[in-house]
Amino acid sequence: MAKRIGMEVSIAAAEAVKQADVDVVAAYPITPQTHIVEKLSEFAADGQLDGEYVTVESEHSAMSVCIGSQASGARTFTSTSSQGLALMSELVPIVSALRLPLVMLLVNRSLSGPLSIWNDHSDVMSIRDSGCIQLFVKNGQEVYDHVFIGYRIAEKENVLLPVIINMDGFILSHTFEPVEIMTPDELKGYLPPYQPKYTLHPDHPLTMGAYATPALYTEAKKAHDEVLKASYPSILEAWNSWGKRTGRHYRPVEELFCQDADTIIVSMGSLSETAAEAVKLMRDQGEKVGLLELRLWRPFPFEEFSRAAAGAQRLIVMDRAVSSGGPGGPVASEIRSALYGINNPPRVDSYIIGLGGRNVTIQDFVEMVEKTEAESALSPVTGSTYEIFGAREHH
Amino acid sequence: MSDANVYAVKTLTSKEYFAPGHRACSGCGQAVAVRMVQKALGRNIVMASATGCMEVVSSPFPQSSWEVPWIHVAFENAAAVASGIEAGLKAQRRKGKIDGRKITVVAMAGDGGTADIGLQALSGALERGHDFLYVCYDNEAYMNTGVQRSSATPFGAVTTTSPAGRVNSGQLTWKKNMMRITAAHDIPYAATASPSHPLDLVEKVKKGMETEGPAYLHVLSPCPPGWGIAAEDSIQLARLAVETGIFPLYEIDKGKHRITMNLEKLVPVKQYLKKQGRFRRLSPEMMEEIQERVCKEWQELREKAEQIDPSAGADEALSKEQEGETEAAKIFRVKAGAPV
Repeated sequence: MAKRIGMEVSIAAAEAVKQADVDVVAAYPITPQTHIVEKLSEFAADGQLDGEYVTVESEHSAMSVCIGSQASGARTFTSTSSQGLALMSELVPIVSALRLPLVMLLVNRSLSGPLSIWNDHSDVMSIRDSGCIQLFVKNGQEVYDHVFIGYRIAEKENVLLPVIINMDGFILSHTFEPVEIMTPDELKGYLPPYQPKYTLHPDHPLTMGAYATPALYTEAKKAHDEVLKASYPSILEAWNSWGKRTGRHYRPVEELFCQDADTIIVSMGSLSETAAEAVKLMRDQGEKVGLLELRLWRPFPFEEFSRAAAGAQRLIVMDRAVSSGGPGGPVASEIRSALYGINNPPRVDSYIIGLGGRNVTIQDFVEMVEKTEAESALSPVTGSTYEIFGAREHH
Repeated sequence: MSDANVYAVKTLTSKEYFAPGHRACSGCGQAVAVRMVQKALGRNIVMASATGCMEVVSSPFPQSSWEVPWIHVAFENAAAVASGIEAGLKAQRRKGKIDGRKITVVAMAGDGGTADIGLQALSGALERGHDFLYVCYDNEAYMNTGVQRSSATPFGAVTTTSPAGRVNSGQLTWKKNMMRITAAHDIPYAATASPSHPLDLVEKVKKGMETEGPAYLHVLSPCPPGWGIAAEDSIQLARLAVETGIFPLYEIDKGKHRITMNLEKLVPVKQYLKKQGRFRRLSPEMMEEIQERVCKEWQELREKAEQIDPSAGADEALSKEQEGETEAAKIFRVKAGAPV
């Protein structure tokens, strides 16, 4: 039987990587990812992780080592945060274009400057268009589960794309939660040994990473875009199969009281747990409020999202990053696109919150809902309307 | 000077692992060197290449000159990609996922990808002790992007970013010494090589392959358009670089220095410099400065290799013959079928 154990979420993550029989880990320490890689180093030193732990000198080399390792046919893992992701970001679109199915735990942290070690989503938004599958999880169990789910999706022969699992820094990574750790028997068969079709080996010489002339670059990009979109059923399959095995079911879009809601809060990551509490509170007070949690970020679940949101009058979209000089929040702008052209689309209000580790409370959600409901009768929104919520005016 | 060196290429396998049809410029010293290195490496290898001339001339999709497994990822990370390949193969071997035979992992990059932008990744890989051979093909500037200076560009050389200006002319700094930098990592093997000395080059590649742990090979690669030389002169220039002491052939084997191509007397640097367009604007003072430095460094190298008494004067090494082609260079031209 699987055991529910109270543990730090980072340790649960490392436990999953070990159980996933990863061959190579390459990572560079950065707050708040460190506890994951420290634990993996311990596992390697104790012989519990039967693999190579490469202690690289930078995140750029971390991803480079991962690319080399994965190309040689080894199941590979890395983890980083913030500046680390920024430093390796040159290689993120390359690893996906090379169709190398590694899994990365991105422990979300704000991008400098000013320097901040605390949580928001500005790091992942910088690689939004990198052609990787990108997911958000909201608690320790989801982190643990998604390491296995991530590899199952990534390694499918018709997918072969990196999977980036976003987990909020500190809020998740450093929190103790009860996590159900699976036994080897329970895991058996979910993640078969990685058997890549194309590897770097003298028995079958091949060239990886050839360059494209203008006659071929567009086609390469189109093929990549198509395979990312076509990965959607494989993602559903991996979740369904996991659900059958564990009773923990995941969807691209998770709904709470959405069916009859006038106002729906849209959020990603650990914020969804607080938002759920706020929604339950408002429901108790008779307000028709719902929560729509976006779990799958790339490929964006346009259809599922539109279906879930279509009945509402208002969407209140939470963003933990700013698209400066643009449409405000990247998630809100995505959602405005997703709803464009449907009949009687809901009004979309964009709130930027929780930057650089600023706490977001239940009361904040209540305030945003009340404010939006009051304003929606008075002022229209446009594609560029947004508010950086809770920012103090300077004097 | 043995004539055998001139014909040594013929002693190598006739199999081409760097296949013809690539798009290197005619007379490319690097392409000649790569071809020899690949012949010495054989087929039981995996290559990681940096972005650069050789990457561009060899891999326009869907064509490839590589008859061995080869990957290109980015500019500055060949050593890190090779580290990952080595770690990946090692883990899979241990876990029985692939057979137990040793596969040599090789990284290749130019001087920019090694001495400048790739220096950190190289240092990391050497320090971690991965079992791999790193080959730097040094053409002494960013040739692929149109001859911009790198930290490996020699003093006085004109490039597009060290132009011949009214105030300053050519590269103002001295060439970064990658041999000293890599040797400072206490790696088991480091060597210089030149396509003008194929036997020496092949021997060093083999030593690098056999070395357990990191090995570093620094190969001089004359570049006709970048150096302002005729295509047919590139190997002769490589030879002159060796004979003048500008690019001495030596190795550092487990910390022990050995000069692999000993020179009784150094050919004056002028003979090397004057044949190249990039040094056309060198003043006599700069030429003199280069000569002094070459003599001094040659002296230091010989001391390290214990081939000279430390009290001997540096200028004693220089040949008194100031003009005229050296014997070795003459022989080379005759063998190559060029007019005497």
